[in-house]
Amino acid sequence: MTLHRPTTSAELAAIVAEARAARTPLAIGGGLTRSGLGRPVQAAAEISTRGLTGITLYEPAELVIAARAGTPLREVTEALAAKGQRLPFEPMDHRRLYGTTGEPTVGGVAAGNVSGPARINLGAARDSMIGLKFVNGRGEDIKSGGRVMKNVTGLDLVKALAGSHGTLGIFHEICFKVLPVAESEATLQLGGLTDIQAIEALSTALGSPFEPTGAAHLPAGGGEAARTLLRIEGFAPSIAYRSGELAKLLKRFGMLETIAQDQAAALWRDIRDAALYAGSGTAVWRISVAPSKAAALGAKLAGRGARLFYDWGGGLIWAAVEPAGDAEASFVHAQAKAAGGHATLVRAPDAVRLAVDVFDPPAPPLMAMQKKLKASLDPDGILNPGRMYAGV
Amino acid sequence: MTIAFPEPRPDVLAKRDEVIARLRQIVPGEGVISEENERRAFETDALTSYRRVPMVVVLPETTEQVAEILRFCHQEGVPVVARGAGTSLAGGAIPQEDAVVLGVAKMNQVLETNFADRTMRVQSGITNLAISGEVAHAGFFYAPDPSSQLACTIAGNVAMNSGGAHCLKYGVTANNILGLKLVTVEGEVVDIGGEALDSGGYDLIGLIVGSEGQLGVVTEVTVRILRSAEGARPVLFGFDEIGQAGRTVADIIGAGIIPVAIEYMDKQAIEICEAFAHAGYPLDVEAMLIIEVEGSDAEMDATLARIVTIAKTHDVKVIKESKSAMETAAIWKGRKSAFGATGRVADYICMDGTIPTGRLPEVLEGIDRIVKGYGLRVANVFHAGDGNLHPLVMFNVNDPEEQVKAEHAGEDILRLCVQVGGCLTGEHGVGIEKRDLMREQFNDTDLLQQTRIKSALDPKWILNPAKVFPLDAPREPLPGAPAEPPRQAA
Repeated sequence: MTLHRPTTSAELAAIVAEARAARTPLAIGGGLTRSGLGRPVQAAAEISTRGLTGITLYEPAELVIAARAGTPLREVTEALAAKGQRLPFEPMDHRRLYGTTGEPTVGGVAAGNVSGPARINLGAARDSMIGLKFVNGRGEDIKSGGRVMKNVTGLDLVKALAGSHGTLGIFHEICFKVLPVAESEATLQLGGLTDIQAIEALSTALGSPFEPTGAAHLPAGGGEAARTLLRIEGFAPSIAYRSGELAKLLKRFGMLETIAQDQAAALWRDIRDAALYAGSGTAVWRISVAPSKAAALGAKLAGRGARLFYDWGGGLIWAAVEPAGDAEASFVHAQAKAAGGHATLVRAPDAVRLAVDVFDPPAPPLMAMQKKLKASLDPDGILNPGRMYAGV
Repeated sequence: MTIAFPEPRPDVLAKRDEVIARLRQIVPGEGVISEENERRAFETDALTSYRRVPMVVVLPETTEQVAEILRFCHQEGVPVVARGAGTSLAGGAIPQEDAVVLGVAKMNQVLETNFADRTMRVQSGITNLAISGEVAHAGFFYAPDPSSQLACTIAGNVAMNSGGAHCLKYGVTANNILGLKLVTVEGEVVDIGGEALDSGGYDLIGLIVGSEGQLGVVTEVTVRILRSAEGARPVLFGFDEIGQAGRTVADIIGAGIIPVAIEYMDKQAIEICEAFAHAGYPLDVEAMLIIEVEGSDAEMDATLARIVTIAKTHDVKVIKESKSAMETAAIWKGRKSAFGATGRVADYICMDGTIPTGRLPEVLEGIDRIVKGYGLRVANVFHAGDGNLHPLVMFNVNDPEEQVKAEHAGEDILRLCVQVGGCLTGEHGVGIEKRDLMREQFNDTDLLQQTRIKSALDPKWILNPAKVFPLDAPREPLPGAPAEPPRQAA
């Protein structure tokens, strides 16, 4: 298979224009750490963004950073850390779940709208994305947004393309708004709660003025008692105060303990990366529902033998199931839909991901809109064909 | 009067009686306004120097009615201008003579409030402040807070991706919406997103929010509601120099502090607002900052102390910490009344550019130079944390020449914003006002991609015509789409 590795956006545009003329479908890759995300793509050629690297703008006092798409994410996070800043959305690292090596890239994070536990309070990747440069399926170089955090000039293609998995355009530069790293953080834990109790406790905390930036529940299993976790961030005196207030607020759920910082950091990384399922051969679902619907949905999944944990105050369920058959796709999609949410099959063998809906099939009018959007950006369907939906 | 309107289409005007009759079938009773003196109430929005009396106004009460109206107008090729409360400063809801104004103001109910999930589902004609009002008793609020929040609707907020003073911490509309019920121009009802934090497929919420009524009509919105902080308290600083204020802001952010709001006012704005609100603003300074923090009393004390220490390193001249709810209210009353208070002094146009905050001093100098060059005056208010600038260019509305000068000054200011790396609009939208400046920020390829999306979702271009895109913006018909009507500028 032909591998293209452009080093400029002009080269990238030329390659796509040529591929379009020849009707050659293109697979798009960066660090290839997330190739298990979405449906497998069948393409005649591949474009790597790894030749498009470098931080192009960093203004700490303005809370913005921009980088070319193939830049390793680590370069960005290290540059930010050197100035006491971070990407607020805490992007998940898929390497542990997929057993991939390589380097996650900025483009992969943006194209997958890859976020982590702080999403509940600080937003998803799409919320931090303020500027985007990309090449569409016609080989045209397009920009949207910019480098200022408030911008309502024209259609917001930045958000429309965030999480489009390379099917609407090939990103070559992304600008993010960033936040200072909190001076300190604390993780608080309740032990032994059922899923229902835990989600109630987390919802209570999230409905308080004390601003948790993480809220997760790890049910009992494998000899371990259930753990319900809350993370708060801020200046040290503020942490002490809010811990005390949360302890009072959650008294009826049990005693709130503080976890040692190094342990807590590892724990949130594990939650972020769904590391509970690393190394096992299970299929993995990521299901987003309103927290109040999560416990009932979790019980149904557990009833079919799924292993579960809850992130974001119960609104996000990670479920591991047997990779056989349809990996529970019809059951999970139906149940998620009934609960007003949606489900993504994040990990499964290629054959399964080709045969089932990885993302839930949208209602027909919504699908029609998505197809119109796709057609306006990639009329010949040459970008990552089939990555999100069969035939789209 | 420099902004052109397209010539009304005779074929549409000729159908007026038929359109009214059909709309009356869809929306019975007083929901169809056809008398000229009553239609006149809808001839403009908050960009009042431009007016066009619409062909007819319809005020539906259900999503089904909206769908019927759009289906009919799409079929007949009749332009539709969706309207919330008509508070757009960019002329986003200004009609034209051959258009149906579709107002959602009667659809103003709260449909569902869910504290456990921190969501609320509302009809889109509800006002921004009414959403917060509905949940205030439980200590919750809806975060984006445009200054017009008492009057403006969530429909308009969604259309313009509205912001406000507190967006530095809480984000803009796009960051606070979970679901939309959208009626497409073909009259299809589409539910996008819902109560969950993430929705599947393409981020159509992100596409619709800020699309200025170009892609469909939103009838319901699921918003995130947040628990209010325990308390909020501002501090007011006065500086002798603009640069000192700018460096104070940079250092506060550099120290890892993200206040909930950082507002900047220049001398002219301070004088105007103080004369109106008697907020206790210092009159002997060149620049003023209002910085608000949130939390418990002890947290606010600690954070404000750090902020004051930083301001002192930049020779702050006046420091006024609010000591009571009354003082807090007075400080904000002055700022939030800036537009109204300026209106008492002179007619003005409110610009809405954004800039990288590091370029503030040179941009303010540039604005001063531009405005003086036209022989006019300007007052500047500014969301300093996020770079959203509101120069109020003052002029005399009875002097048509001066109005044209004011418009040209405003355009020059926006060009300057784009030149330094900013954009044409931070929170008001493009509307009709900045339509012809779009090429300052986008080249034809960028614009063509945007108009292709418009064409895909509104093939006849009947939704909110003559807004957002320059009249001669590049576009191409979709394969199989009907040829679009000719467009002429008048």
